[in-house]
Amino acid sequence: MGQKVTISPVTRLEGHGVIEIFLDDDGNVADAYLQVVELRGFERFCVGRPVEELPRILPKICGVCPGAHHIAAAKATDAVWGVRIPPAARALRELFLAAHVAHSHLLHFFALAAPDLVLPADTPPERRNLLGLPAVLGKELVLEALAVRGLAQRIQGIIAGHPIHPVAAVPGGMAFPLDEARRDEIAAAAVRLLAFSTRALDLLEERVATDPDLAALLVGEAYRLSTHCAGLVDEQGNLAFYDGRVRVVDPDGAEVARFDPADYLDHLAERVVPWSYLKVPYLKAKGWQGITEGSDSGVYRVNALARLNVADAISTPLAEAARQRLFAFFGGRPVHQTLAFHWARLVELVHLAEEVQRLAADPVITDREVRVVPSGRPTAGVGAVEAARGTLYHHVETDPDGILTRVNLIVATGQNNAAMNLAVRKAATSLIRGGRVDPTLLNRVEMAFRAFDPCLACATHALPGKAPLEVKVHHSDGAVLTLSRPCER
Amino acid sequence: MSRRLKLAITWAGACGGCDVALLDLGHRLLELAEIADIVYWPVATDFKRSDLKALPPGSVDVGVFNGSLRTSEHVEDALLLRERCRYLVAFGACAACGGLPGLANLHHADQILDTAYNDTASTDNPDDLRPLERSEVLAGTLTLPALTDAIRPLDRVAPVDWVAPGCPPPEPVVTRLLGVLTELARSGEAPPTGAVLAADTPLCEECPRAGSRSGGPLPAFVRPHQVLPDPERCLLEQGLVCLGPVTRGGCGALCLTVNMPCRGCFGAAPGLLDPAAELLSTLGSVAALDHEDELPQGRRLFPVRSLVDPAGTLYRFTLPSALVWRKVEEGSGTGTGTGTGTGTE
Repeated sequence: MGQKVTISPVTRLEGHGVIEIFLDDDGNVADAYLQVVELRGFERFCVGRPVEELPRILPKICGVCPGAHHIAAAKATDAVWGVRIPPAARALRELFLAAHVAHSHLLHFFALAAPDLVLPADTPPERRNLLGLPAVLGKELVLEALAVRGLAQRIQGIIAGHPIHPVAAVPGGMAFPLDEARRDEIAAAAVRLLAFSTRALDLLEERVATDPDLAALLVGEAYRLSTHCAGLVDEQGNLAFYDGRVRVVDPDGAEVARFDPADYLDHLAERVVPWSYLKVPYLKAKGWQGITEGSDSGVYRVNALARLNVADAISTPLAEAARQRLFAFFGGRPVHQTLAFHWARLVELVHLAEEVQRLAADPVITDREVRVVPSGRPTAGVGAVEAARGTLYHHVETDPDGILTRVNLIVATGQNNAAMNLAVRKAATSLIRGGRVDPTLLNRVEMAFRAFDPCLACATHALPGKAPLEVKVHHSDGAVLTLSRPCER
Repeated sequence: MSRRLKLAITWAGACGGCDVALLDLGHRLLELAEIADIVYWPVATDFKRSDLKALPPGSVDVGVFNGSLRTSEHVEDALLLRERCRYLVAFGACAACGGLPGLANLHHADQILDTAYNDTASTDNPDDLRPLERSEVLAGTLTLPALTDAIRPLDRVAPVDWVAPGCPPPEPVVTRLLGVLTELARSGEAPPTGAVLAADTPLCEECPRAGSRSGGPLPAFVRPHQVLPDPERCLLEQGLVCLGPVTRGGCGALCLTVNMPCRGCFGAAPGLLDPAAELLSTLGSVAALDHEDELPQGRRLFPVRSLVDPAGTLYRFTLPSALVWRKVEEGSGTGTGTGTGTGTE
């Protein structure tokens, strides 16, 4: 056996993750794995709880994407009673979710992606982070990014009680209506959010057009992965976050399934692997083929780029034009370049800002009728939304008193488990040769992983300094060489 | 006379919300950078555990710890931070009192694994596999850490100086912590051991609905989805379980402002040992006294039984710090932990 290279911790995703790279006797990559090394057991300890408490319980899974868990859980509880929520409640939840995903995308792009994409490649590690951005982008722009993210948090706090862990969505609607004064505050924030979102997108597009190195990185083979994609679309086939049907396309972009999220068990399964606490979701129609690429494999991707790959269009004008420019650059849909996730995220950010503005201006948003009391016998339900990182499924079953008997959660980052493993393996295989392992190369391996925006990567890199990265090279004779390097964001 | 502080921040079993709470300080994070050198912060700096170990004991002014203790590595980090720091802060509900994931203590670790890898609806596990501490793959061996028997809050393992409560700590609490650090840097003055950086009164004292309370017997309990509560009146007096009376204030009654009851993320109100037990005891004597006829058959003699899921509701954030804090094997004796701690088990 050759060497083993350990990258630990890579970054956090709803807990902790480790990348292990095995080298063969020639020092080339034999295999690579992303491991998730923590389990908290929500599916177990939710059993016995009253189902109406779930929208307050499940956000605690993740402090970076709690808003998506809040809304998915609320939709699952609606379904348990078969209740139709009032139009104002629907609008408030959509507005909340749009602000939530916008906050996540903003944080991810500026704190995590931008240092790799817009700073010169030779930027020293201590400046290759958010605080290094002002030198290239200007201080005003970076401060505005932080301020606008704060506004997106504020919108969530207004609607749902707490900007991080929300409480207001309940079975049957929302616990509290929006008053005019607060609507006006949201509407004003939306103007600034949209202005900044288009500015951020312009910035990236201009960089791509003028920086041949960046353009080459985006289309490079080391970061290309050919898989199925899945995401919600509305009845017209447009990009959807709050509600819709799941569309699955094959690596050529042909639709292979379109289903109601309530029927997810007919289409998706999660394979248990002994080397990670995170199960590996796959497409049932393909069967379990292992963690492999291509149209015969059940591996699929979710998150921003996958959503744009499955959607025919975006309903808002600025984002639709941006979507067309993205696909024109890459030569058509679907796009399989891992680093294109960053670009897709900014296209979505523009759409979400347009949605916040539209919903804040909708007269229904301040309607006082935001709840109906569910009646009848509770049974089971599925709630699904598009979280920032991909489709999120909550499936619950209850006894006749509405006490939970069974809970199943398929989270966004989990669905990218196989794809992240493939992306890491592929990047490592093309970048590490002859046993040469240096910090720059390992950072480029990590870039393949980071493009998927595993949870908390954003918070990790938003602050001064560098994230930790430890590299252990295990020789076959038992000797261990430990390298450490700054993580270059 | 002022001097720069040394600050160490770390996390254990956490959702990341506490880190986002710190991040939400925005530009005020720069104030922190002006008064303190951050000597350890795994999420934001590249200092290693070995760097923290290399520092002399007591050489760091303040350690900030978020998350609960679920693995042996978490316990080691807690002990290390305690030894290196003059003051240790339990930041957030998980570190302070176990937090919501502490409800896992209602089950054995084995049951949690069974559910995750066998009993869940979409799980495909034909070979009945479990994640293994060591597994052989074609190219070599992969390892995973094992789960501990139960979740512990920080003070079951290491003495805590100050608590920043909340899930996650809201802006007023984070601001107060920033103020404590500023004062420590400026004058060397520190809050007393045991200080909680929030109100010294129960949540009810700051609840905007406090004036609406009649003080009489409570009605039979209803569940939050079953009624449209009056947004001005006390929720307990409308039959909704609210942990306000036994929970420390200081959050600004955030949940109440959107017409939702308190679930106790700030932990015990001052002077209470086990807030959930206290509330259950109180409710048992005042709930539904005048309303027995409204209750279903079989529950009339015990009106407090109209409260569903008392364990999961009243102990929502505090089970691992409660008097009875986890499921214990029959015949396993005293129910103490695995001997990992120096604390109060």
